[in-house]
Amino acid sequence: MNLTASRVKFGQSVKRQEDGRFLRGKGRYVDDMILPGQLYAAFVRSPMAHARITGIDADHAASMPGVERVLTARDLVAAGLPPLPCGWAITSRDGTPMKVGVRHALALDKVRYVGEPVALVVARTQAQAKDAAEAVIVDYDDLPAMVDVLDAMAEGAGLIHDEIDANCAFDWEIGDAAATEAAFAGAAHRIALTLRNNRLVPNAIEPRAINAGWDGSSEELTVYMTHQNPIGMRMFYAAAFGLAAEHKLRMVSPDVGGGFGSKAHNYPEEVAVTFAAKLVDGPVKWTADRSEAFLTDAHGRDHLTDVELALDGQGRFLALRVDTRANVGAYLSSSGSLVPTYMYATMLSGQYAIPAIHARVRAIYSSTCPVDAYRGAGRPEAAYVIERIVDVAARELGINPAEIRRRNFIREFPYQTPVVYQYDSGDYEKSLDAALELAHYAGFAGRRAESERHGKLRGIGLAAYVEACGIGPSAKLAKLGSGAGMWESAEVRVHPIGTVEVLTGAHSHGQGHATTFAQVVSDRFGIPIENVSVIQGDTARVQAGTGTYGSRASVGMSATLRACDRIIDKGKRIAAHLMGVDYDAVEFDDGLFSSKDSNVTIAFAEMAYAAHAAASFPTDEIEPGLVATSFFDPPEFTYPAGVYVCEVEIDPDTGTVEVASFCAADDFGNVANPMIVEGQVHGGVTQGIGQALWENALYDADTGQLMSASFMDYGMPRAQGVPDYKLVFSGVPSPSNPLGMKGCGEAGAIGAPPAIINAVCNALDVRHVDMPATPEKIWRLCRQGKAG
Amino acid sequence: MATISLEVNGKARTLDLPDNTLLIHALRDHLRLTGAHMGCDTSQCGACTVHVDGMAMKSCAMLAVQADGRRVTTVEGLASDDAPLHPMQQAFHDNHGLQCGFCTPGMVMIGLDIARRHARPDPSTVRAELEGNLCRCTGYQNIVAAIVDGAGRMETRP
Repeated sequence: MNLTASRVKFGQSVKRQEDGRFLRGKGRYVDDMILPGQLYAAFVRSPMAHARITGIDADHAASMPGVERVLTARDLVAAGLPPLPCGWAITSRDGTPMKVGVRHALALDKVRYVGEPVALVVARTQAQAKDAAEAVIVDYDDLPAMVDVLDAMAEGAGLIHDEIDANCAFDWEIGDAAATEAAFAGAAHRIALTLRNNRLVPNAIEPRAINAGWDGSSEELTVYMTHQNPIGMRMFYAAAFGLAAEHKLRMVSPDVGGGFGSKAHNYPEEVAVTFAAKLVDGPVKWTADRSEAFLTDAHGRDHLTDVELALDGQGRFLALRVDTRANVGAYLSSSGSLVPTYMYATMLSGQYAIPAIHARVRAIYSSTCPVDAYRGAGRPEAAYVIERIVDVAARELGINPAEIRRRNFIREFPYQTPVVYQYDSGDYEKSLDAALELAHYAGFAGRRAESERHGKLRGIGLAAYVEACGIGPSAKLAKLGSGAGMWESAEVRVHPIGTVEVLTGAHSHGQGHATTFAQVVSDRFGIPIENVSVIQGDTARVQAGTGTYGSRASVGMSATLRACDRIIDKGKRIAAHLMGVDYDAVEFDDGLFSSKDSNVTIAFAEMAYAAHAAASFPTDEIEPGLVATSFFDPPEFTYPAGVYVCEVEIDPDTGTVEVASFCAADDFGNVANPMIVEGQVHGGVTQGIGQALWENALYDADTGQLMSASFMDYGMPRAQGVPDYKLVFSGVPSPSNPLGMKGCGEAGAIGAPPAIINAVCNALDVRHVDMPATPEKIWRLCRQGKAG
Repeated sequence: MATISLEVNGKARTLDLPDNTLLIHALRDHLRLTGAHMGCDTSQCGACTVHVDGMAMKSCAMLAVQADGRRVTTVEGLASDDAPLHPMQQAFHDNHGLQCGFCTPGMVMIGLDIARRHARPDPSTVRAELEGNLCRCTGYQNIVAAIVDGAGRMETRP
């Protein structure tokens, strides 16, 4: 296979163990499967943004060739299938619980966004299903579309959900309003800004897919679904929908072609397909096409925010006040209430000591696709708010942007912010200095002059971000509204010949767990990495876990480490018998059990055999076998942080922004595999550049149609638009997990957008430009002269 | 229905399929070669890229009947399961040029096409040539490095 094989250490850039099958075209994704008796599903989708359903005529469709079944919401409701839940409870300022719009898996009497599923057709071939779906006649009574948050909030606006006043799901606050007001009253400077965080489409290249059916041999409902959290989905499908009892439901997420949060949610289509699969004779498969992905994969971001910063005469931050209107779309998606609250407003302190913070967040329904977690999930929105207002303050107070940040950095840890979180560790100035050096910050004036000679405008921007990863402990999160435990499990099984399986509820969809989790085991046991396999994504094999999102792998790897340590401990107890020494006298190092009291040494594989042979120790005292499990509940969140510096070069004649350089100094704590971590940063930064310069889920204000609904219309980053990135890791180990890891999956998407926009504003000498900074927008600014 | 005869990964194949079957579906559903993937419906993402008569083609933009009598190579045809990886595949492995693996077969196949047309492509040439292949995971940097590296290995291959 030519794949790297040997004993490896945690922290080494080990080449990925999973690459071979992907490179040979042997990856196994849900759409690759065709099961015996395979049936196919297609959806009838709403062409209207907002309308009452006045009638559905499916008679002709039901009689078409190959059609097995046509389902509408009436069938689901008649069978008692409950609506989709929102997984996080938020309480409004007035003490009332959030108002959740009822979302059935198929629209019942009203459609609320273009693409909402209205009916489901099951047929023998995909073409037959699609043909029949087109033959279902739905009558609509058109209602006004409200795609922008301000339209949905306007006096006299129509209601997305008839029972929810003012289209407001909740009006929530965090922080100390009075202390913030007092600080503003006495401030030397007040800087205010209104900004939008543009709506994004996640666009994992593998579309959503499911293949569900009753397995008569195992008497299980078996669901293959491309998902980031299959074990959690099994619980949802059993507990929330009653689709099968949990022990009679097998959920499998095989290879998953990218997630970025969009495959962590509970979607109506998958519920409807699973429900349909129980009614027909054969497994039912549905794979979204790209148009369906654009219209219905939960979107990201879409905030409108007023922010104000109070400063003293020396440029020190006194208080921050934030008022955000979050467009949550037509329904609250699985984490739709969490993302704009505890994933967002809790991060508004950034890397700075700000004595008083107050944030108000209103979650507003609109006739658009629901919004949920997308890479960073609230944390990019917070970093954008704080890093833009800090940059505007620097500009207006005449302080260098690096200097104003340096003056306000948090320097002592742990640090309790005014908005819930207690940062555990960090060295923000170290990252700033590393980033400035990497970017040759001091030489910028020369580079700007060189660009000017070519008729180009050059700008430099920096952004300092901090985020919260790891996501735990469970008890703390329950107090904030979580409905699920946030631990991760690992089971380490040592076979009699010394090979090892790690079964974990964490799920890799590109992050390389088959390598990094195996590195932990190879390092701890002193065995070759090719003797370790990592098992994930199938509830028939892995019983417990919470999937991967929010850099959760650090939690799963910590569970793996603990399980390994339990194996070693049992090995020591057995070794004590084999060597005839005290347990306390046995050591394990570099794959060998030894003792200063004995000249016998036992290699790891020999121990594995001895544990299974069970002939040389008392089995009434020590049970045979070598298996250990750990459920690791993180004692705290972890707080990755970093500083990004980028330069852009703008052509004033075309408005084109070129990212001339991008340097990142990240503190991820200890990193399992620098090569893989670099890849995570590359991908995250690229998504961040995409948000800043090109990507925009743009709905037509009148019709509510999604205008950017294909790869031909939506500004996906391509190879030519992004530079080679320069990275440096300046890690301070986290005290919040035994491996000292902080997480790296979201960082790039959090830090890059403000860095880019700060650089664009610097190049144009303007106060603000809303994302995406498209050529049209920049060209108009250049034509107007200095504006903003 | 149509009957076509073509060579796929060195083997002669005859297929009976509906006239409107796309090549990607003939490969995936009829021949069960699932390396080429469908990532979009507008021929933009390139995850379905295969070679037809040695040239890179998006197999979602071609009818299976158009491949009648022609030679098709998919990613599965580059190296058999027990053989070492092709130098371009090996370069993707060595340069960490893949994460979730979904766009990867298309990237490897376009990488080979780039190597065929540019003896020693530089990174900017590779970036321009990747206009028709999307990746959401890697940020492209390591894919570009892999194709530059792979093209170099192929040139020096005995």
